[in-house]
Amino acid sequence: MVRLLARFLPGFSWCCALALTAAVATLVWFLLRGGLPASNVELLFGGTRAMDALMLRRQVFDGLFPALFGTVALVLLAVSLAVPVGVAAGIYMAEYAGDWSKALLSLVFDLLAGIPSIVIGLSGFALAIVLHRSFDGRLGPCLLLSALALAFLVLPYLVRSTQTALEGVDPLLRHTALTLGASKLQNIFLVLLPNRLADLTGGIILAVGRCAEDTAVIMLTGVVASAGVPDSMLRQYEALPFYVYYMSSQYTGPEELQKGYAAAILLMMICSLLFVLAFVAQRRLKSWLLYR
Amino acid sequence: MAMLSRTLERLFFLAAIGSALLTAAVFLLLCQLAKPLFQHGGLGTLLCSPWNPGHGQYGIYPMIVGSLSIAFLSVLISFPFSLGCAFFITHFGPLALRRKLLNLVRFMTSIPTVVYGFVALFLLVPFMREFLTGGSGMNILTASVVLAILIAPTMIIFFVDSLQRVPLSYRQAVDALGGSPAQQLLYVVLPMAWPGILNGLLLGLGRAMGDTLISLMLAGNAVAVPTALTQAARTLTAHIALVMAADFASMEFQSIFACGIFLYLFTALLIVALRLVGRLSPRGL
Repeated sequence: MVRLLARFLPGFSWCCALALTAAVATLVWFLLRGGLPASNVELLFGGTRAMDALMLRRQVFDGLFPALFGTVALVLLAVSLAVPVGVAAGIYMAEYAGDWSKALLSLVFDLLAGIPSIVIGLSGFALAIVLHRSFDGRLGPCLLLSALALAFLVLPYLVRSTQTALEGVDPLLRHTALTLGASKLQNIFLVLLPNRLADLTGGIILAVGRCAEDTAVIMLTGVVASAGVPDSMLRQYEALPFYVYYMSSQYTGPEELQKGYAAAILLMMICSLLFVLAFVAQRRLKSWLLYR
Repeated sequence: MAMLSRTLERLFFLAAIGSALLTAAVFLLLCQLAKPLFQHGGLGTLLCSPWNPGHGQYGIYPMIVGSLSIAFLSVLISFPFSLGCAFFITHFGPLALRRKLLNLVRFMTSIPTVVYGFVALFLLVPFMREFLTGGSGMNILTASVVLAILIAPTMIIFFVDSLQRVPLSYRQAVDALGGSPAQQLLYVVLPMAWPGILNGLLLGLGRAMGDTLISLMLAGNAVAVPTALTQAARTLTAHIALVMAADFASMEFQSIFACGIFLYLFTALLIVALRLVGRLSPRGL
């Protein structure tokens, strides 16, 4: 039996590898074929002049700009909320937590990382209901709420990446500054974190990617199909992933469908760019920072 | 200075504890909002009765069946496939291609879920409709196939990690005895790396269970209990996304919190299972 398996395994393995490559190639080819004809400046800004739209002087009604703006605003907001907390918690986990609290906390963070994003979205929505009741309908699903929920979603990844980054510091380096009389905090901020900056940056960029692609959380916490560029954080907004989802089921003609394709391409480009950035950060940033 | 460091250290602690407490708070919030539902019929009826709002039945049994069947089927498809890819990366591929495939797999993790769903909707669904399953083409099988591709990178990366952690000396010993790569894999590497493999499998299951977009877009969202793989089904996650529009105070709406609780508990169970598997690992592998 095992002998038979040994004979077929290499061939099977080749087939799997080829199938995987083919699947990704098909996906990219299909998107490009459907969306490239529609990918131009007009796609982003519709009939509005690009400068007017970028300076937020005029609303864009038939372009992807509001969705792109919504996604960027959402990601920036969510990440700036999540990074301080995540990194701080990561530092605590790596440097301060005792055996017991570390075991318990890492169990909780594993749980948080595993909770489906729609459940995070649901709890964000539940929070919105509570707020709605207590603030007399003035607060509801909005950009800020989505950002909070997304921040919560990526928190465990940030904690974990900070923690593993810090724990990966060479013990020799870890103790050098301490023996020279540095305080624990000085050691963390002047030696350990700078030494692991590349890993930290990589983790943060991957968190940005997760925020940009997530659809389930924002679906429940304030994204809508058409809202224009929001003028406050307490407004509903548009976002690229939701636009793609919406177009896939609600398109009315080939032109709209093509915009859906183009939005998918745009979203994928953003995500792959972030991915490449994270990749480069983890590889190169270290040497660049240390040997500049 | 001492003051500052005290404050900062306290802040670190607060960040960690606060995040942990929030995780618990999510569960409590869900329970609180689902409470009227428990009072109405008790847990048993909720989990076992069908979804039929017209007759006052708000059970989530069909969605549980839908979720579990889609998740398990996708893992069933993805597992051998991912294992094959992982073997290619660690054992069978030409050296130049191994790195390339691993990078491709890593790249796949960055492709947004909604893009997978979008492409499958216009490529796989018509194919299924015409050639395989008939009907609308949106069914358990379609969703599972796409989900299998979606969870493959998670599994492959984990498998590769655990396969590579088997000490080099063991692998070299097989080489020295004249064993083929396949023999090395089957007789030495796999028997040592299986807890890691199981770990990756469970993680993949978690991802499949928690995914919303694929099943929402591709599984057809029918509320009847599916009896065949070619039938449409609705998952718990899709149910949450779909019922949102309804009235806040209705039983229909409250049932989605029960779905949330179920998913939360399933995740918790999975995490415990992962921990137990972690204990099985021999010698820190």
